[in-house]
Parts: sequence; structure tokens; C-alpha cells
Amino acid sequence: MSKTKLVVVGNGMVGHQFLQSLADSGQLARYDITVFCEESRLAYDRVHLSAYFSGSSAEDLAMGDADTYRSWGLNVLTNEQVTSIVREANLVTTDQGTTLYYDKLILATGSYPFVPPVPGHDRDHCLVYRTIDDLDAIAAAAEQSKVGVVVGGGLLGLEAAKALKDLGLETHVVEFAPRLMAVQLDDGGGAMLRHKIEDLGVSVHTGKNTQLIDDGEQCFHKMNFADGEVLETDLILFSAGIRPRDELAREADLELGERGGIVINNSCQTSDPDIYAIGECALWNKQIFGLVAPGYQMAKVAVDHLNGGSEQFTGADMSTKLKLMGVDVASIGDAHGRTPGSINYTFVDERAEVYKKLVVSEDGKILLGAILVGDAEEYGTLLQYMLNGIHLPEYPDTLILPNRGDDHQTGLGVAALPETAQICSCHDVTKADVRAALDGGCCTVGDVKGSTKAATGCGGCAALLTDLVNHELEEMGVEVNRDICEHFPYTRQDLYNLIRVNGIRSFEALLAEYGSGHGCEICKPAVGSILASCWNDYILEKPHIQLQDTNDTFMANMQKDGTYSVVPRVAGGEITPDKLIVIGEVAKKYNLYTKITGGQRVDLFGARLEQLPLIWQELVDAGFETGHAYGKSLRTVKSCVGSTWCRFGVDDSVGLAIELENRYKGLRAPHKIKFAVSGCTRECAEAQSKDIGVIATENGWNLYVCGNGGMKPRHGDLFATDLDKETLVRYIDRILMFYIKTADRLQRTSVWMENLEGGLEYLQQVIINDSLTLGEELEQQMDLVVDNYQCEWKTTLNNPEALKRFRPFVNAPEAQDDNILFIEERDQPRPATREERQAATAEPIKLVG
Amino acid sequence: MSQWTHVCNQSDLVENSGVCTLVEDKQIALFYLPTENQVFALANFDPFGEANVLSRGLIASQGEDLYVASPLYKQHFCLRTGHCLEDREMSIQAWSARCIDGKVEISL
Repeated sequence: MSKTKLVVVGNGMVGHQFLQSLADSGQLARYDITVFCEESRLAYDRVHLSAYFSGSSAEDLAMGDADTYRSWGLNVLTNEQVTSIVREANLVTTDQGTTLYYDKLILATGSYPFVPPVPGHDRDHCLVYRTIDDLDAIAAAAEQSKVGVVVGGGLLGLEAAKALKDLGLETHVVEFAPRLMAVQLDDGGGAMLRHKIEDLGVSVHTGKNTQLIDDGEQCFHKMNFADGEVLETDLILFSAGIRPRDELAREADLELGERGGIVINNSCQTSDPDIYAIGECALWNKQIFGLVAPGYQMAKVAVDHLNGGSEQFTGADMSTKLKLMGVDVASIGDAHGRTPGSINYTFVDERAEVYKKLVVSEDGKILLGAILVGDAEEYGTLLQYMLNGIHLPEYPDTLILPNRGDDHQTGLGVAALPETAQICSCHDVTKADVRAALDGGCCTVGDVKGSTKAATGCGGCAALLTDLVNHELEEMGVEVNRDICEHFPYTRQDLYNLIRVNGIRSFEALLAEYGSGHGCEICKPAVGSILASCWNDYILEKPHIQLQDTNDTFMANMQKDGTYSVVPRVAGGEITPDKLIVIGEVAKKYNLYTKITGGQRVDLFGARLEQLPLIWQELVDAGFETGHAYGKSLRTVKSCVGSTWCRFGVDDSVGLAIELENRYKGLRAPHKIKFAVSGCTRECAEAQSKDIGVIATENGWNLYVCGNGGMKPRHGDLFATDLDKETLVRYIDRILMFYIKTADRLQRTSVWMENLEGGLEYLQQVIINDSLTLGEELEQQMDLVVDNYQCEWKTTLNNPEALKRFRPFVNAPEAQDDNILFIEERDQPRPATREERQAATAEPIKLVG
Repeated sequence: MSQWTHVCNQSDLVENSGVCTLVEDKQIALFYLPTENQVFALANFDPFGEANVLSRGLIASQGEDLYVASPLYKQHFCLRTGHCLEDREMSIQAWSARCIDGKVEISL
């Protein structure tokens, strides 16, 4: 059978989702696919565009990538725009002169920003906010500007205002309607949002009709409004709504709506059954859907229809929840109460700046809509009430009234949700899907997220998903035993608190009071780590010796042949030539294999047990300290060379890296911790892949947390921006100690964050707003660890008793382990393979060492 | 008749941990548990990792049984019998050991 020739016009978010859905359907092999993308970049996340100005890069926003597309066998043409459709011949032509035949054509052309035809709208520095190229133009214009205006106070307009704010401009929002977010909010909600946004330093001008833009006196432009008022600004961003990109369809005589949009049926087909339209260019039931979730649904429906299925697009819920400049805003269903007979409940708290409204049916039984400003915690619950028509409690207002500690249960139990209840609207995951994932072997929220993609879009459903997963696991009779091991009926977190609160200083004391048996390789190192995190005593003190893994016991990393590797600390990766020579000389003298590590230091391999003290004596004499490469502890703070040398550097990344490394060296934690500091946004130190990442900005330091390379890479979350050094260190102190307090054994910060209920926002609350009033305590705990730091190798070298441990045989001080054998490869030693060892015992071969 | 060989002194042992001795070219790991007032002797060679490292493992109890966990790939070997918990086929040699007048002796 010959393949269906499929042409996809547009590679935006919906265009990408179409390809993703097609790949997910497993039917790629049936098609010969060509994708046209008029931008130079493949699909990227337009919803989070403003993140581009608060630290994210184009790569962070990217959704489609060439490698994936190639592996799907797609022919993707960027910088190429389709200019016409010849329906009679099933052909498309492009601005590059390409003519291509299609069996089926997908239009995912999206929309363009509407610019009101005000005289002067086309002056310099009058821009729109839609693509990454737009953002680059905005950034360039902002460099010559002090004041910026966004025309349009809708959802996108406020996002754009955040972008201008992040660029450091005095920011204004000008809205034609009498309130902000007129589509989603009522007067009360709009007023509250305005109040909160003005608190953040953005001026809001509502009811303003711009009539002319001409030269300003102080600024580049002057905006003249119909009421006679004027506003001067250097930069104008138009964000006054979108219009469907339907020009191709128009010229090809496809049916369009009266006010634009390509008319589609429930299968997403246009008036020509060989042509589909999806996303913001499509008009379904006289509606354009300007949100991404309905676009995704259309993409899935179109894929299913192409594959011969019968899925239908039957409209979409336009409820939204978002964070605008840090303000939670949500709008559900019939937010304006347009349903005849509907009844409103409103709650306003002017002190906390919270506005909430419920719209319920005439009989008070069904939720029709809602508005939440300032606190949108109930969004998930309310949305489920509305979508599933679940009967409301007797007093619906309890759903939005603050819970003041009485026993009143207001949340909707997840048990009450029907199987079809949509948990995640971004990825269309239902309760049944979640249950199927659990039946299929998922055991944690993290597993379910990975398997279903639920809560990985906007993340608005994360709390609901967690509740559901926990509930279902309980129902399945899964009793998750979180005891650390058979010797302690406690979790790691419990043990931490017991040790901390009761001032326990040894494993034996803990075991006597709270445990049984002799301990094991699980609980001993875990308790050893906790004791070190709390009190930071010398790890080879007599009661602690038995707790340490071989790596901690010998303060080196055991390799496959029983020899060890040695890593001296090179703070921030900065090292003098003299010290570099010492490392080289030591390596040469002891015939060590040397390799540069990813953490910007040097690893020396192949040291026998008895050589370790000799090696370290030389290193310590030369001024080196232990690098803790063997510990579940701070490893390195990687840095780029920073402003001292680099033409682009904004701040002294090396200096800060050294300072941070010296502060946190020796800190033991549930797992290893890596830092990096970059001197500018080019991010040469790769800080966003570290547990703690710091990037210099013009105004201070941006802090990223919980990133990870390794097995499961994770980009760090932007935690706080433009911090001075003192605040930065305070936050890091608190974050690390909070991690040590609450993480599981051997849990990296990335996994800890994934499992932290409430996620990034919760952590910000705890650390920045001190919501648990733990801040000072955490800082004191860190100070204690910092004050008690010692170089463990230096202490060991001065302790004859401890040095005894480095005898390979306690009864034969001169003997060596004859099983250790090195072979030379690329001018360095490496461990012999089994065959080489066997051959060596039969007939001596060339040995080194 | 077993023959007791003096291998080292009690002061060479490390409480709740292991040390290694060399006896007639054999590497023998000794583990000392003061609460049990017992010394255990096992081959130092880890048959999985093929390296002489067991004396550097952590002591672990499971129920009533005592094990050493290999520092390389974490298999458990019974301190009394040398049986491998994960794989019976891979058991290692164990010897009787005792402390007398500050001296550690093994029955070879």
C-alpha cells in the first residue's frame, strides 16, 4: 500500500501536538509527512513566553526538536512559508518555490496579534508579543527605553506586561474595556486584580481608547486617548487579542466564518474533506479557541480521523487558571452568571486581597462558574464540580470561605469524581487514565506523571492528582511501608527529627532508644549522614566508624578492583599552576591514572589503600583539602570564568563559586549536591542542571534549584531573581537544610522537588515567605555545620589511631594485595581485566606500578 | 582436630567493623562484634566483584543472622557460614575464630 502524503502547515504548539499525537498513535509508518515551519525555530512554548525574560532560554521553551522529528521520519522545512493551496490538484506552493502534492493537508497556521489601526501604530518601537523573534525585538527596543506600555489588559497583555517589568521598564497597561481580563473576570475580580498588579508597580489605565500615537516630549511616543488624556512611553506592545491566520484558506475558497476563522466540523475537517484545520486558525461552532488545550484536543481528533477513528471535537471548556506576575487568577465556566436564574456567592477579603465568586444554578445544586483572584487553591475542586455536574454541598459558599480550622470539610473528595472526570486538561487525562496507570504498575505521583503526562502542562492539577493517586493507592490496599529498614520503624525524616530534637549523637544511642538488631547497610550510612548533617563531628570518631560506607571510611572512592580514587578540592575550579604541578607530581609518583572531572577538578585513580595517607600527606602539605568526592555531600561548585576575564561576563562567578564551595564544603546530605555559578545568561557553567544553580544578572543573582544531569535530567526551577549575595546565601542555607530535613534517603533534590507536595511554589513559601517559621532555625543549623567544618583528611593524618585503618593487612604491614594489577593504556595505568590477571599469573607480562 | 592459628591481636580489630589479615597467603577478613563478644572470619575475596574487599564492607543484621555487605555490589555474605544471601552458588569460605587473652585465633 502506498503511503498517504501528509502536509502539515505550521509548527506551533498545536502543530507540534499533532505530530506528537500521530507518533503516539503508532501509525507514523502509514504516512509520508512534510512539515512547513515559517519561523526559523521549531515549535516552542508560547504560553510561557515571558519566562524568556526571567532566565529561560529559547532552548528551555523548545517543544519540537530536529532529532526527534528526524527519528519520526518527518521532512521538516523551516523558514519556508506555504503561500497557496491549489485544491483542484491537491498541491501547495511555498515562498521558496516548492510545489508539493498532498493527499491530506493539515492547517495549523495559528493566529496573529491584532494591532488596532490607530494612526501611528506602525512607528518604530511599536511591537507585538507572539514569537521569540518578537521577544528579541522587544529586548532590543527595551535597551533604549525607560517606559513601556502594553495595549490590552487581557491574559496575554498582562503576560506581556510582566515581560516589560522583567526588562526593567516602568510599565503601564492600557485597556479599552473598563476592567482587566474582561473576558474572564467580572468587575469585582478585575478590580482586585488591578489592585494587586498596581501593588507590583505596574500602572493600569482602563477605559482608554487610543486615538493617535505621535512624538512624545520626554519619551519617544505620546499616546493620545479619546478622553483627552495622554501617556508618554518609549515602547508600545500591542496585545489586543488575536485573529486567525486564515488567509491561505481564504484564497483557496474554503468556508470561513463571518469574522474569520476556518470553519471545521467535529472531525476538524474544513469544507474540503482532504483539508483539516486545527488550533487558533480553526472555527468550530462559530467559536475560535484561543487556549492551547482545545487546540491539543483538535490535534488529537484530526489524527484519530486520519487513522480511521471516530473521535469527535465537541467544544472545549475555556476555564483557565494562571499566575499573572505572581497573582493567582482563575476563571471557570459561566463566570459572568449569564445563565438565566443563576445565583452568585461572593467573598472579598481586602486585607488579604482575595476575591472569589461562585455562580450556581437557580436550584443551588450545580456549579455553573467561578472567579478566583489572589488565591486559586480551590480551582481544581470547583472545576470538577462544574465539569461533572456534581451536586453542591448544602451551603455552596463554604467552598470559597476561608477554612479557619474548624472541622468543616469543604474540599471535594476525589472518591466522588466519576471515572470520566478530567484531571489534567492540558493532556486530557481522566480519572480512569490515572487508575489505569496505577493498575499498570505506577506506584507514586511521579510515576503517574511520567506515564500519563498529567500535571506536566500548566501544573494546575498537581494537587488534585496527588490526592487522587494517594486515594487510589489506599483503595488498592497498597500500604506503602516507608520504614527505612527492619531495624527502625521510622522513615528517614522521622529519624532526622528524633536525632535533632533529642540531641542524639551516636548510632548506638539511637538504636538503643528507637531500634532493634544490629543495623544494616541501609540504616547505618543513613544515620551516619544524619548525624553529620546535624552535628558535623569527625566521621571517623570511634562510634561513627561502623556507620560509614567504605568510601567514607577511607575518604576515597572505591573502584572496581578495590583500589581508590582521590579528588582534592579545587573550589570553583580555580587552581594555581603550582598546585596543578603538585597534583601532577603526586599522580606521577604513585602512578595514578588522572582524569579531569565534570566538576572542574582532577580525579586520581588506582591508589592502594596503604597509599592513601601518603598521597594525602603530600596534598595536605601543599595546601589541598579533601574534596568529599566520596561523600553524600557537597561536591563541587562549577563556574565559568565570569566578568573578571570574559567579555560578556556580568558578575564575578568564580569568586562567588569559591565562596559558596567554601561555605558548604563538608555538608552531608541525603545525597550528593552539586552547584554551579554562571557569570551571565549564556550559562557556560550549566547551572540549570545543578541542585543549586546561580546565574548573574545585571541586578544581582538568579537562583535555580533542584536541577539534575545524570540518569534523569531535569532543568532547575527558577526560584528567585536578582538577589543580592546575602539573600542568596540565606536562601541556599534554608533550602539545603530544608532538603536535609525532609528528603528521603538517597533522594536527589530533583526527585525531592518532584515529590514535594505543592512543588516550587510551596518551597518558595517556606524559604522566601517563611510560612513554616523555620527560616531562622534552618539558618542556625547551617551555621553550626559551617562552624564545625574540618578537613577530614587533615584530621586523619594527625590521628595515629585512625591511620591504622589504612593497613591492608593488620598482621603483615609490608604485604600488598597481589590481586591488584595494572595494564598500561594510552600511557596511563588501568585495572587489568580478568583474562589479563589470569594470564599474568601464568606468565608475567609487562606491568606498570 | 581443629588447629588454632594466631593471626593478630584483639587490639588490631575494629569494633562493629572489619579488618583484613594475611594467613598463609590467604586474605582473611575479621569482623568484631563486641555486643556478641564474637569475632567472625571470612574470605576477603568478593566473588562477584573479583576483588579483595569484603573486610571493608558494612556489617548488617537481618533477623537473627549477621552479614557483611560487599562494598562493591552490595551482596550479603553470612558472617557465620559464608553463604551468600542473594546467590547460594556464590558462597565463600568461613572459619571459626576466637579471642583468647587478647589474641585472635582462627581454626584453619
